[in-house]
Amino acid sequence: MTIKAQYLGMPLDISELDGENLDYFRHCAEHQFHLQACTACGLLRYPPTTACPWCAAPGARWTAVEGSGTVHSYTEIHHAIQPAFRDHVPYLVLLVDLDAQKGSPSADEALRVGGNLATADGVLAPPELVRQVGIGTRVRMVFTDIAPGLALPQWTIDESARQPAAPWRYPQE
Amino acid sequence: MPLTGDVDATSPRYLRDKYAIVGIGETDYMRGSGRTTRALATWAVRNAIEDAGLKPGDIDGMLSYQSGDSVFSPFVAGDLGIRLDFYMDVFGGGSSTEALVGMAMGVIEAGMCKTVVIFRAMNGYSQVRIGGTGVRAAAPVSGDMLHSRAYGWQSAGQMFSPTFMRHMHDYGTRPEQVAAVKAIHSEHASNNPKAHYKERVTVAEVLASRIICKPLHLLDCCVETDNANAIIVTGADRARDGRHPPVLIRGVVGRCNKPRMDMHYQHGPISTVAGRYARDILWPNSGVGPEDIDVTGSYDAFTFTTMLQLEDYGFCKKGEGGQYVSDGTIRLGGKRPNNTSGGHLCEGYTHGINMVIENVRQLRHDADDSCPAGADGKRRHSYDYREGGCRQARKAEVTANLGWAMPGTGSAMVMRRG
Repeated sequence: MTIKAQYLGMPLDISELDGENLDYFRHCAEHQFHLQACTACGLLRYPPTTACPWCAAPGARWTAVEGSGTVHSYTEIHHAIQPAFRDHVPYLVLLVDLDAQKGSPSADEALRVGGNLATADGVLAPPELVRQVGIGTRVRMVFTDIAPGLALPQWTIDESARQPAAPWRYPQE
Repeated sequence: MPLTGDVDATSPRYLRDKYAIVGIGETDYMRGSGRTTRALATWAVRNAIEDAGLKPGDIDGMLSYQSGDSVFSPFVAGDLGIRLDFYMDVFGGGSSTEALVGMAMGVIEAGMCKTVVIFRAMNGYSQVRIGGTGVRAAAPVSGDMLHSRAYGWQSAGQMFSPTFMRHMHDYGTRPEQVAAVKAIHSEHASNNPKAHYKERVTVAEVLASRIICKPLHLLDCCVETDNANAIIVTGADRARDGRHPPVLIRGVVGRCNKPRMDMHYQHGPISTVAGRYARDILWPNSGVGPEDIDVTGSYDAFTFTTMLQLEDYGFCKKGEGGQYVSDGTIRLGGKRPNNTSGGHLCEGYTHGINMVIENVRQLRHDADDSCPAGADGKRRHSYDYREGGCRQARKAEVTANLGWAMPGTGSAMVMRRG
């Protein structure tokens, strides 16, 4: 069934034809992170797709994946494009290497999942948290509830993980 | 009726020097054109036909690119009384120009038409903002965009910045090195009467401008403008009769990609861009290497895009792009000037086609700067690159255009003076 929702002033739509995204975000709404595992080669993939990027097989099984990883890169946004984000600048967009399947099937590959830096309850992080995070920061996944069948995966600082002494941050604060 | 086997089924590996760019046309570079994209395109195509010394009736092919933000070929052809034997309007932004030059060569080679005009017309400031504000920001977020735009990760600068940041992390690239791209392009623009921004800026001024999204300051970003550009491609044999020295196409590579085009960040190193793959087509097909290139046109949607492409096409070692763009090499008077018009950072933004036009002018040895014209109507270039002066490179025999769509996709073209 088509989902039509609002989040930070933006319309978020998932068409009833878009089975892969409906399944992905339905799991998120249950606060579980699931990715497709190829039924032929077994590799996990992100984002949701209709065939395996490594072996082209169409079959896939939704599989629970640990939502933990390391910030691979990021941008800190001071000039928002969508109007509702203007109240939240500066905000971080993180590109996170999942621990699961990192370096496989080749050394340069990882499941790199985007998201904002959020507080533990899934709200966009305040500036004092934004300043703590950079490349190398250990993060864990949290969810922002939006509508029935739709929550957005987000990232928060993993307080239980060993953190780098100083994550790499852009030199100009 | 059975046909006899008169087919040569072999494909040439390249078409070096067999096709040429014979005409170039521009509108002004404006913020607030007060015209439709149809009017802009018609203006630019008409200028290109006149520049080539052709008549509208000599054009029988047309190609354009756009993102649902511009006029289609039939209207432009109709307005100029051109009857087309071939046309195609494709979806695309940066990196389209070089790819379409390759397609023009292909359709002429196939006998489908003889002379193709390629245009891009856009009100990138006053209608569909290229930076993503306005109608683009208001569109519903669905499909693949649920994994990006929903996070306020939408504009080109926002989308590309993880690549730029990771390059700084991996190689120690410094903000002031990359800011030199803007400073140097602004020097070039100060000698370009057409440029929208003609004022020279310093590296310090770039770094002092406000942060848009790290690592991009306002002055690391190009200018949104309203304009149209057009170029005319035909066979080298026909080009010999033109008004200008022909500019021959040595080789093209069109929309070459990194793995995982759907979400290229899945396949690293993310500090490497599509040029790493495109160079293995560009240089062998062109029969030259980076060391043979006199002038480059490396796409400058952002200062970083210029640097990343020059590096991955092999103009310097991987990781040394920051040094290459800041040591004077890319300045007019340097070893290999880049974007001598001022590029997208200063002249104006037409998704890469104006950088091809600039290199055609360089190869004609006729950059349209403020140098006085002689009795034959051709400019007498002074090669004095001070503000308001000359912008013709002293040595311009072979050029390279490096087009950029995004970190994972690029196009390129080598041209030479015929």
